[in-house]
Amino acid sequence: MHSIVLIKQVPQTSDVQMDKETGTMIRSGSTSILNPLDVYALETALQIKDRNGGRVTVITMGPASAVKVLKEAIAMGCDDVYHLNDRAFAGSDTWATSYVLAKAIEKIGIPDLVITGERATDGDTAQVGPAVASWLDLPVLTYVASIENLTSDSLIVERLIEEGYQRVQSPLPALLTVVKEIAEPRLPTLRGKKRAMATNIVTWSASDLDADQAFMGLRGSPTRVVKIATPKVSRQCRMVKVEDDDSLIEAVDQLFTFLEERDLLGGLNA
Amino acid sequence: MHEVWTISECHQGRVKDVSYELLARGRSLADTLKVRLGTVVIGSNINTDDVKQLAYQGADILYLADDPSLSSFVCGRYAALLLKLISEKKPQIIIAAATTSGRTLMPYVAVKAHAGLTADCTELAIEEGTENLLQTRPAIGGNIMATIKTPGHRPQMATVRPRSTKPLAAQHDRPFVVEEVPVAPRSEKSSVEVLGLRGLEGQSGSIEEADIVIAGGKGLKKRDNFVLIERLAKAFGAEVGASRDAVDRGWVSYPHQVGLSGKTISPRLYLAAGISGAIQHLAGIKTAKCIVAINNDEQANILGLADFAIIGDLFQVLPEIEKRLEQRRKA
Ligand SMILES: Cc1cc2nc3c(=O)[nH]c(=O)nc-3n(C[C@H](O)[C@H](O)[C@H](O)COP(=O)(O)OP(=O)(O)OC[C@H]3O[C@@H](n4cnc5c(N)ncnc54)[C@H](O)[C@@H]3O)c2cc1C
Ligand SMILES: Nc1ncnc2c1ncn2[C@@H]1O[C@H](COP(=O)(O)O)[C@@H](O)[C@H]1O
Repeated sequence: MHSIVLIKQVPQTSDVQMDKETGTMIRSGSTSILNPLDVYALETALQIKDRNGGRVTVITMGPASAVKVLKEAIAMGCDDVYHLNDRAFAGSDTWATSYVLAKAIEKIGIPDLVITGERATDGDTAQVGPAVASWLDLPVLTYVASIENLTSDSLIVERLIEEGYQRVQSPLPALLTVVKEIAEPRLPTLRGKKRAMATNIVTWSASDLDADQAFMGLRGSPTRVVKIATPKVSRQCRMVKVEDDDSLIEAVDQLFTFLEERDLLGGLNA
Repeated sequence: MHEVWTISECHQGRVKDVSYELLARGRSLADTLKVRLGTVVIGSNINTDDVKQLAYQGADILYLADDPSLSSFVCGRYAALLLKLISEKKPQIIIAAATTSGRTLMPYVAVKAHAGLTADCTELAIEEGTENLLQTRPAIGGNIMATIKTPGHRPQMATVRPRSTKPLAAQHDRPFVVEEVPVAPRSEKSSVEVLGLRGLEGQSGSIEEADIVIAGGKGLKKRDNFVLIERLAKAFGAEVGASRDAVDRGWVSYPHQVGLSGKTISPRLYLAAGISGAIQHLAGIKTAKCIVAINNDEQANILGLADFAIIGDLFQVLPEIEKRLEQRRKA
């Protein structure tokens, strides 16, 4: 069983800065980490390898610093890693990103499974997974919370959707996007860390891919960011303190008045 | 003139509420552009009253794809149908709900339609002069609002955050047209099959769709105490939410988790008890209409986002609120 996992380096949610001119993120200065939701994709692939044998290949598209997340993937036990790095990729939206990733997957060879995180915590779109599947014409199963009955040519998954867990059967190869519930991520091992240090990471540029450069980067991206704004926090917190029984009654009174003012108890009247 | 479209979602033949919200969005875009508003309804055994309701609440033309093979969302099948319809009718804008199916279908279709797609928008407008769709969305955990447009590609596509608009009032005399969309027989090879649906334990609906969510965190101290949250949710007719800490401790299951690695929700009321309001938690509730916090720490981060807060011991406050709700019910 061969899985290819797509991972992304993202700025830590707690320190993010934007370039007001270009509407893109300023990456320098903020700490970059492996997208926390991609850890579940890596773990899913590693568990499949543990059970069924095979290999786990990892791809990231990003700047030079993104090598760090590939090293983390090796330290967890992944086998092969590819770094897609070229100025031509810069400024890609999800359409262009998914194109480049799909071209890299084609070059490696279509695996049994492509696995991505649910979404990246910076762009927060959750679009790249389904978009990659579209380029490759693979069936796509999103929000996968568990996998059962994985055979060489099909699998059954449960998808966490609004109405509950939907059980779906799909032929392989397929693309999965996974949610946190699917697995408990392992920690990197010492052996893995050593291997990560020793591994020479393969870097592919645009010309290494059999791809149309007009489809990449800012130029190849249909969408344009035209404005970035910081949302105003217009919330005014009304605060009441509870110190004793009387103030408890008073506080809850005030809460109910507040909820009534906002018509939030509408359905609850007798 | 090129139409504006919404995608109406169905579940078991019933049109979902979020579809009417989309029509409110689509109606104002179509009116600005002076074009027809179409809605594509995909499902099986679609309720005929619901179809009329879509027209009463804003749609001028209904593209109805009703077939047993469409009873549950299967991306490839829905996408094939939509792509064919797009190539025939050439809509200029397509909006779908940012639900699990909308967020799967739209990127899959956008690639093949060579269209720009913006995720999870909370505001949509038409740019004066260019008539481009301006799509505004929260990004980076709601810390910024980005406005995006797609100048050179059509259709312009966007998913819209559920519960970010109110549906329009029904107008029973609105004229409308229904167009049946032929559904191609499905190819047996490479077919994805939906085998069933398992409901969420102890939930009547999902927290994404709930009007009111009552959430608990580590401040509840142990599993047994979490019943305080569950009871209060029941009294409110609400769904139960939780912080990641509460979920990781096994007090409540993952579908209840709110935040960065859980669900992003926009209920009318979010009540958080014993939740500190870590940045990853707040990412999930930035668009809640009203936030109430119950916390014994005056410095708790959640107070920065709350509209109302009771600073006190939740073990006293929650039962008192529940008691008060009971009294109201009896009164
Ligand atoms: C990558 C990543 C993803 C994450 N994703 C999520 C996510 O999706 N959702 C999420 O919630 N978190 C997420 N977290 C975790 C987040 O950082 C916090 O650790 C978590 O939200 C804290 O949960 P809590 O508020 O329940 O616990 P705490 O932070 O421990 O807060 C407990 C609160 O209860 C109050 N309290 C205690 N006793 C009482 C009492 N008797 N009465 C009243 N108040 C009391 C305390 O004052 C405190 O404010 C994520 C973290 C990371 C790194
Ligand atoms: N630049 C990238 N390189 C590799 N994988 C990516 C990249 N961007 C997104 N992904 C994958 O796609 C998922 C969804 O990302 P997004 O659509 O940006 O929210 C992520 O969790 C990753 O698995």
